[in-house]
Amino acid sequence: MSLAEAPPPDVSRRSLLKAGGAGLLVVGLVAPLAASALQDAGGYAPNAFIRIDRQGDVTLVMPQVEMGQGTYTSISMILAEELDADWAKVRTEHAPADEAHYANPMLQMQATGNSNSVRAWWKPLRTAAAATRACLVQAAAQGWGVPTGQCRTESGAVIHDASARKAAYGDLVGRAAQITPPTDPPLKDPKDFRLIGRPLKRLDTPDKTNGRAQYGIDVLPPGVKFATLMQSPVLGGKVAHVDDTNAKAAPGVRQVVVLDDLVAVVGDHMWAAKRGLEMLDVTWADGPNGAVSSGQIWSQLRAAAEHPGAVAKQVGDVDHAFASGDVVAADFEMPLLAHATMEPLNCTVHVTPASAEAWIGTQVMERVHAAVAKAAGLPEAQVDVHNHLLGGGFGRKLEPDMAYAAARIAKQVDGPVKVVWTREEDMRHDYYRPAYRDLLWARLDGDRIVGWKHRISGSAVMARFAPPLFAKGVDADGVDSAQDIPYDIENKRIEFNRVEPPGVNTGFWRGVGPNNNVFAIESFIDELARKAGQDPVAFRRAHLTGSPRHRAALDLVAEKANWGAPLPPRCGRGVSVQPSFASYIATVVECEVDEAGEVKLRRVTSAVDTGIAVNPDTIIAQLQGGLVFGLTAALYGEITLEKGRVQQSNFHDYRMLRMDQVPPIEVHLIKSGEAPGGIGETGTTASIPALRNAIYAATGVALRRMPIDRSLLAKGART
Amino acid sequence: MITLTINNEAQTVDAPPDMPLLWVLRDLLGLTGTKFGCGIAQCGACTVHIAGRPVRSCLLAVGSIGQRPITTIEAIGATRNGARVQKAWLDAEVIQCGYCQSGQIMSATALLDQIAQPDDADIDAAMAGNICRCGTYVRIRQAIKNAAAMA
Repeated sequence: MSLAEAPPPDVSRRSLLKAGGAGLLVVGLVAPLAASALQDAGGYAPNAFIRIDRQGDVTLVMPQVEMGQGTYTSISMILAEELDADWAKVRTEHAPADEAHYANPMLQMQATGNSNSVRAWWKPLRTAAAATRACLVQAAAQGWGVPTGQCRTESGAVIHDASARKAAYGDLVGRAAQITPPTDPPLKDPKDFRLIGRPLKRLDTPDKTNGRAQYGIDVLPPGVKFATLMQSPVLGGKVAHVDDTNAKAAPGVRQVVVLDDLVAVVGDHMWAAKRGLEMLDVTWADGPNGAVSSGQIWSQLRAAAEHPGAVAKQVGDVDHAFASGDVVAADFEMPLLAHATMEPLNCTVHVTPASAEAWIGTQVMERVHAAVAKAAGLPEAQVDVHNHLLGGGFGRKLEPDMAYAAARIAKQVDGPVKVVWTREEDMRHDYYRPAYRDLLWARLDGDRIVGWKHRISGSAVMARFAPPLFAKGVDADGVDSAQDIPYDIENKRIEFNRVEPPGVNTGFWRGVGPNNNVFAIESFIDELARKAGQDPVAFRRAHLTGSPRHRAALDLVAEKANWGAPLPPRCGRGVSVQPSFASYIATVVECEVDEAGEVKLRRVTSAVDTGIAVNPDTIIAQLQGGLVFGLTAALYGEITLEKGRVQQSNFHDYRMLRMDQVPPIEVHLIKSGEAPGGIGETGTTASIPALRNAIYAATGVALRRMPIDRSLLAKGART
Repeated sequence: MITLTINNEAQTVDAPPDMPLLWVLRDLLGLTGTKFGCGIAQCGACTVHIAGRPVRSCLLAVGSIGQRPITTIEAIGATRNGARVQKAWLDAEVIQCGYCQSGQIMSATALLDQIAQPDDADIDAAMAGNICRCGTYVRIRQAIKNAAAMA
């Protein structure tokens, strides 16, 4: 998911809060946690994030969810750093649905996305932990009758050096609980960090090697039944008729649930449910989207893209700049994409007349809470949701639809029911990464870009997800990384054209808007460099005087990737530079294109300045994985529709990169003392244009559309 | 009723013979470490060992297994190579979301059981059936080599 750093200028914070419904000016660090079981047991819970028991064990409640990005470890490191906790005594806990305490300060809702877990929580969590530490110090100092200034903390203890006394945090919790935490405690000087900046081992991975880790799909509440569902194959379609005679007779099948837009089979296990579903004879009323095709989606998008869009940013006078010379133009397109998280969508729900309980792995706890309550017809106070580890998220689990569907089914079932989507159902009922069309125009004066116009056309995901971030026709995500293009260009205009495709839901995806924009911009920059007779790295470098952090990343990646060193025939290197998610990244992909047009990846190198790297190894891992995610999309990713139906269904026709195709990937971190940037989505954004430009270098073919069309790359192909 | 030998224990389950082992493990026995990913043997998340060989349990009819011993991720650490692979996975910090990693570890362990010192081509051949959507492949490759070096 990508959300813009800030709402467009005309959206006030007040209107954002009002319309966003979150209404949160304060987050958990100042709102005391309601009396918890732990406090009742004599533990210490000074805020919503930290609990310390009498044994000194520290439980950290995670306001962001763990979907592989390593946030449970990074967030724990931030808290433990300012708390001076004993890292060996830290354990994590999933946060409950509780927007008052766990709303993401940047997103204003209890959500994990936009690669901003560390960015958003950096200051609030440091403050919360430092305030807790201050209370523990004061508790110890009071007990010893010494000034707090003479005490220090280290590894879960307060120490008074002058008297050689030491008190473990666990022994101080009773007294500390009587002390009001300061609201503005001093934070550590980064040079004093003991944990932040070290490649600490992740807290969540040991149980992921032995089957103990529990994902949403793994829950087995007592008496649980198993269900799988079939939703209308056409968006908006309804069930017209169901013959369930055979399904009901199948062994292990307990119940068939028919709702207006879906059917589900409940059984003793998933196999019974799956077989039962196959035996159902369902007739669908397709509704108005029954004729939608990819051809229609693209012709509509291409026609709409011809119209000027809403102006997101304007600097100088681009029309004047264009009037005095030749204007170069190009158009770029990106397809609909599915998320294909390895853990298929699922949710387990138990609805009774007076309560509902749900088990899931979600990026949006409070939205799931609300969805289950709505489906169950109960007030939210009577609904409990338990979050779990996520087997991938990538923005798919920012939607609560799987919970809503499961709760509607569960309302018809006696006892808890686990609703698991088949891979096919998951692939065909996604909130797809939007299709985009980008038109770009530029004028060169010698080897300088003097005018730039970028018109983005596609879905406005924000208009649906967070309406305040769609204002005056501009989608904050849709123009992310385009309106903040890092190159020095005197005259520029960035426009956005909202075009919603018929017959298909669109949503966030790893990188969303920045993927599209960085792809279009970096591809076009390569074409301009060639037009100017310049080397792609040198051309970029000359336009980055205003962004030294980008320039440093570019210089480093060029050096590490052996930019300019000779390559065999039909091999090439391509570069990309990006401002996305408040990180400064340059990437080089090296590839070979064989005579049939197949692309072989040879090597990938990234240089990353993401500010203070809380856990450097996590940063590297996220880049490595994100780069593969982007390369997968570039090489294979496309969702198409025919007769209103998504045509792809599983990993044979929606392919993933595999072990034998992945080249060596090097990530070089640039040391920085700046505030942390975002990292989870950046690799995806980086690798798509870098590969496209490598193909351009290898073959001279200027691809304008993703995924890569091999027929254009075959030797002798007409381009 | 079908009797299976799972992780060195006899288990009797009430399952139709054509029911895939995956759902017997997960839904009837509560061994949820083995994952459902695709249902058509395309992703490898459901990999278990049958008599030491890696098998996709999502398509393996439980009635076809007979007396052959089944090993799942829950018990692979009790084997020499399984323990090495688990340790190598953690040392190299391979894992991200982790959902595919049960299958990756089972495939990697089976590889080392067959080839003590696999080269890159061996790793490609043994691991290409296991998809990792998080893209941890470069670390998996390194961790397999590290595990082999522990021998």
